Amino acid sequence: MTITSTEPSVIALWDTLAARIDRGDRFAGLFAVPRNGAVMLSAQVATSGSVDTLEAALPSGAAGYPALTPRVGAAFWYERVIHDETGIVPEGHPRLAPLIRPGNPEDHALPRHVAGYGLFTIPHGPVRSGVFESMEYLVETPGEAIPHLNMRIFYKHRGIAARFTGMTVADGVLLAERAEGIASVAHTLAFCHAVEAIADCEIPREAALVRVVHAELERIANHLDVAMRLADAAGLAVATARFALHKERVLRLVSALCGSRFGRGVVVPGGVSAFPRKRPAEILGDIGKLERQVTADADTLMATSSFLDRLRGTGPLLPGRAREHGALGPIGKASGYADDARVARPYDAYPLLDAGPVAQHSAGDAMARLRVRFDEIAQAFHFIKQALSDFPERTRLTLQAPCPPADGRAVGWAEAPQGEVLYDVTLDEGRIARCQPRSASFHNLVLMHEVFAGDILTDFPFIEASFGLSVAGAAL
Amino acid sequence: MNLWVLRGLRDGVVTTRWPRRADEYADSWRGPVTVTAGANAPDAAALCPTGAITAADGWVRLDQGKCVLCGRCVAQRPDVFAWSAGATGPGAAALARQALVVPQAPETDEAVEAARAALAERTAALRRSVHVRHVDAGSDGSEEWEIQALLGPVYDIQRLGVFFTASPRHADVLLVTGAGTAGMAGPLRTTYEGMPDPRVVIAAGADAASGGLLGEQLTGVAGTVPVDVWVPGSPPSPFGILNALLIATGKLR
Repeated sequence: MTITSTEPSVIALWDTLAARIDRGDRFAGLFAVPRNGAVMLSAQVATSGSVDTLEAALPSGAAGYPALTPRVGAAFWYERVIHDETGIVPEGHPRLAPLIRPGNPEDHALPRHVAGYGLFTIPHGPVRSGVFESMEYLVETPGEAIPHLNMRIFYKHRGIAARFTGMTVADGVLLAERAEGIASVAHTLAFCHAVEAIADCEIPREAALVRVVHAELERIANHLDVAMRLADAAGLAVATARFALHKERVLRLVSALCGSRFGRGVVVPGGVSAFPRKRPAEILGDIGKLERQVTADADTLMATSSFLDRLRGTGPLLPGRAREHGALGPIGKASGYADDARVARPYDAYPLLDAGPVAQHSAGDAMARLRVRFDEIAQAFHFIKQALSDFPERTRLTLQAPCPPADGRAVGWAEAPQGEVLYDVTLDEGRIARCQPRSASFHNLVLMHEVFAGDILTDFPFIEASFGLSVAGAAL
Repeated sequence: MNLWVLRGLRDGVVTTRWPRRADEYADSWRGPVTVTAGANAPDAAALCPTGAITAADGWVRLDQGKCVLCGRCVAQRPDVFAWSAGATGPGAAALARQALVVPQAPETDEAVEAARAALAERTAALRRSVHVRHVDAGSDGSEEWEIQALLGPVYDIQRLGVFFTASPRHADVLLVTGAGTAGMAGPLRTTYEGMPDPRVVIAAGADAASGGLLGEQLTGVAGTVPVDVWVPGSPPSPFGILNALLIATGKLR
């Protein structure tokens, strides 16, 4: 259940929020919500078992409010988005540059945050070498070290949240699939979980198992993509080709199950649209073969010293900072902060499945992040094998539970390969009155500011690849 | 270290032989949605979330440039709509925007032939080897995965003389993905202007052709750069993009 509580003032909201974070809850998001002509500030807090929403109304016509960022640093980007979208000024915010709206071109002068002899700024992007999503890195450097980095993601801002408004739930599913295309299943799950919470609908067990299979295949594909990019950054041609091959095999398996290489069209409110087109025993055979191949190459990669030399100590995120920021997914886990929605706030079939032994990591560097991803790949295979072994006989299967559109508001969540995805959905008369997605890519990308401790320009591709985030999900 | 040499030999040749030989995966691919000929269903337009279906005068037409492959129309009206088979072939890339509208209007053929002749004349020098510059103009990220796949061992586009390049100065083909965001209009235009003639522009995916589901607020990339080849799909499959690259450079018809 998600609890929504309203505080009398913004200051009271910040006090409650700070007290809950001190108690061990995690700051998960902050948004401006227009309601009845006023603007509400809506904060999300993740606890064990649920994601709560805390709100406070701004006085009508308010041009500003005291910023949260000085008290809760993780709100840094969220408050810039509020400023971009509403023009309301978070007073005391350290840097209100445009983040998801381009703003005025005169604000686009290269920022200078560090000064000194021989320092210059490399504008890298938005059109970058290789096949990348568009974003711009502004690297301030004396030549080798990277004392400061700025990121501009507004190039790709598509206005996904605004587009949801007025859509039917069925169309909303299609848009959620395309919010962050490489995590289609997780986004759709989070959206559908919110819709199902509003309708108070419980999905059939076999549909929940199919959801787990697709969510975990998506995780494997994403983590293989990261391994491929890291191997590519290190110039390991064979390793790059091997992981590209494995990733292609996973995408082909997904397309054999549902017709889409990204698992699109599978998850719908109340369950799934269809069962896999292959029998569970066949899929188990494919999965077993895939696991042997991936594991063998992963073991070889983690024994290739020239590769590990580039990852060890590169781009370290300190455990204290990971906890403070509430770093999501593999980035948090590599720095000793694990808040996995599948474990802490389990959904679908995860409560029925054994998560297996989970290794602890705390080094926080690119190598720890890759180790976490290989651990998660092994765990994903473990989940898929259990889900398919548990699969009931084909003769008595239910695809969907009835999920009639009801009015109300709920937060849905799912663990994407990048970390937790949140959808705050309000339904009114069968249509989406408001839907605010929050991807792990947005929450985590800001951390790239602070991991260049002593790293130099040639470490940049390793650090970027090890984060494994999607610009589409960050800029939405 | 030498282990990698052995690992590279493990699976033998995994590369597709397409286009010289047929490829099973490409042929079994669920392609764009088509309309069974002469269908008359005035209420079909309401099925589509992106407005790809029109039913003027009762005759149903479907714009594959807007279709996001949700399959709702095929599920609801299997008598009117059907999936086409195969990721390659003449239906998998269009040389004129109106050629994505099926069934094609009679005048479309002429437009396509004119576009093909003009393109062939321009790209006569590109038949042997081409360099491609990719630009993301607001995609959902999946198109980049499918393009990246072309560089992997399964599709291996270098075998066909197609290479990706970092600099627009070295590029012959501009491969654009994404719905055409305001922020990317300038960089996309600058990239195009930085390319030497002759140059070819491919719009990959329904988002690039029309904005897809975001069609109410973003309308694709054709307003920013002159598109020569259109690829349907959301996202298009790697074979679909490869097919378009070969058509754009006159290596396939």
